[in-house]
Amino acid sequence: MDKELKKRLEITAAKVRLGIIEGVYNAKSGHPGGSLGFADTLTYLYMARMNVSPDKTNEPDRDRFVLSKGHNAPVLYSVLAHRGFFPVDELKTLRKIGSRLQGHPVMGKVPGVDYSTGSLGQGISGACGMALAGKIDGAPYRVYTALGDGEIQEGQVWEAAMFAAHYGLDNLTAVVDNNNLQIDGPITEVMSPYPIDEKFKAFGWHVICIDGHDFEQIEAAFDEAEKISGKPVAIIQKTVKGKNVSFMENKAEWHGAAPNDEQYKIAVSELQARIDELEKEGTGNG
Amino acid sequence: MADLVKKATRDSYGEALVELYKKRSDLIVLDADVAGATKTGTFKKAHPDRHFNCGIQEANMMGVAAGLASTGKLVFASTFAMFAAGRAFEIVRNSIGYPRLNVKIGATHAGISVGEDGASHQCCEDIALMRTIPGMTVINPADDTEAKAAVLAMADYDGPTYLRFGRLPVPVFNAPASYKFEVGKGVTLRASENDDVTIIATGLLVSSAIEAAEELAKQGVKARVINIHTIKPLDTELVLKAARETGKIVVAEEHSVIGGLGSAVADVVSEKCPVPVIKLGVNDTFGHSGPAVPLLEEFGLTAKGIIEKVKIAVNK
Repeated sequence: MDKELKKRLEITAAKVRLGIIEGVYNAKSGHPGGSLGFADTLTYLYMARMNVSPDKTNEPDRDRFVLSKGHNAPVLYSVLAHRGFFPVDELKTLRKIGSRLQGHPVMGKVPGVDYSTGSLGQGISGACGMALAGKIDGAPYRVYTALGDGEIQEGQVWEAAMFAAHYGLDNLTAVVDNNNLQIDGPITEVMSPYPIDEKFKAFGWHVICIDGHDFEQIEAAFDEAEKISGKPVAIIQKTVKGKNVSFMENKAEWHGAAPNDEQYKIAVSELQARIDELEKEGTGNG
Repeated sequence: MADLVKKATRDSYGEALVELYKKRSDLIVLDADVAGATKTGTFKKAHPDRHFNCGIQEANMMGVAAGLASTGKLVFASTFAMFAAGRAFEIVRNSIGYPRLNVKIGATHAGISVGEDGASHQCCEDIALMRTIPGMTVINPADDTEAKAAVLAMADYDGPTYLRFGRLPVPVFNAPASYKFEVGKGVTLRASENDDVTIIATGLLVSSAIEAAEELAKQGVKARVINIHTIKPLDTELVLKAARETGKIVVAEEHSVIGGLGSAVADVVSEKCPVPVIKLGVNDTFGHSGPAVPLLEEFGLTAKGIIEKVKIAVNK
């Protein structure tokens, strides 16, 4: 990966995380843990991979992203805002009366949101429909979707997995965000979905396993996904729930809770320090 | 009615899809392993590349339909009413209804007239379920002519729609040449200046309602007959006019008495023009196996059953 791109992505991902904290803190509710963990991959997709543009939100040939794990709306909104789909300041209206930024994403309401989600297990089916439409029309676009590792406990996910392989939807890439935690605790204690890679392989998918915080691995995975023919691709990425906010990392209790005033200040100062450091390094490297 | 040609509205549905493709080449049809029974198989035979079998996965099928619709395709998704409205309810609500996506759900094998398969497949709750979803249009055609016209008309309507079809051949009483389907508009099939009662019917009970009114006329009871093919949005104007003019209403449907057309009519009448509303439907019970016609007789979903309810109404 280009060094400059990597630096730019790291800085943007840190700003995206700041936007997540701003939104959830102001809303006094929401889902920061998984949002912070998924920030790197989603930043990469919207800033360096997907063919999307804030000026052409209805372009038929645009790439599409479906946040099947819809409760991670804060990261989607923050990425869209930083990509220019709406003002970053609007993130503070998350979950408030009159806001476009509903607790879970709503298509048609928020520029750049391609599909409504929130009820787990449903987004991947919609992504299959979009990918099938692309195949029928011979359209050039690709469809991306993101699933939680808890979400794949839903039976509908495996209906969709079977469907995607049956119809050879190689224009579909599903990211499974494997942070090992769900609301009630570790996924291995609540209802283990492991082995995730073997399950998708058995369903006829091409599987790539990566570290979801390493931009070089992220880029390589999506490069590989585009080369696969005749099969959908699952990228199973290890991530840290709450990534880059020290007291939220690897804690199930931060799945769906907002920081208080003091915690907010700590989170903001940690993320701001990270941004400052990255930007300083950037200048230093010339 | 006895001399009329009979045809199941599921057959009308399959034929209408073939007809529809002539003017809508963006049409995609989905099914969940019952294409032979829902009659989307008729469409598949004509246009195999536009028909996608989802296998036995109704939840995913509704989501795939939503995804297709999000790209602008005209989608009809079909399975039995029990699985379309019942099993997939929450997907229909959240993935189709909430974003108001243009998916047409073609649900066949509705009601007790499914027959021999028994209660597990006799869906008498679908109208109730579907009409609770904001923005969902609910259509229950009465015969072949109306079913075909409804499919073609709803293809031009932008929004989620539930279309209910039956397995049992029913009399074709609407003449194709003169029939015009208007969504949200009830059809008055029989009326006079001084009707004693109004029979509001939907689906296969519309032809029974006409038969009942003819028999009642011989007995000196003048019954107005209204066919409500669009259960939501309900033609409240026509319903209230009947309430005002006839003072008594009987509602007949092959559906539970809880939450169906009877409930929809009672809701509007009780608020705007309170008159007795007597419901004929499945009385909060499950069906069972048997040939369709004897089953309908057993559950009173016949002209005879309507006449009994009308007599209760006029004696109030």
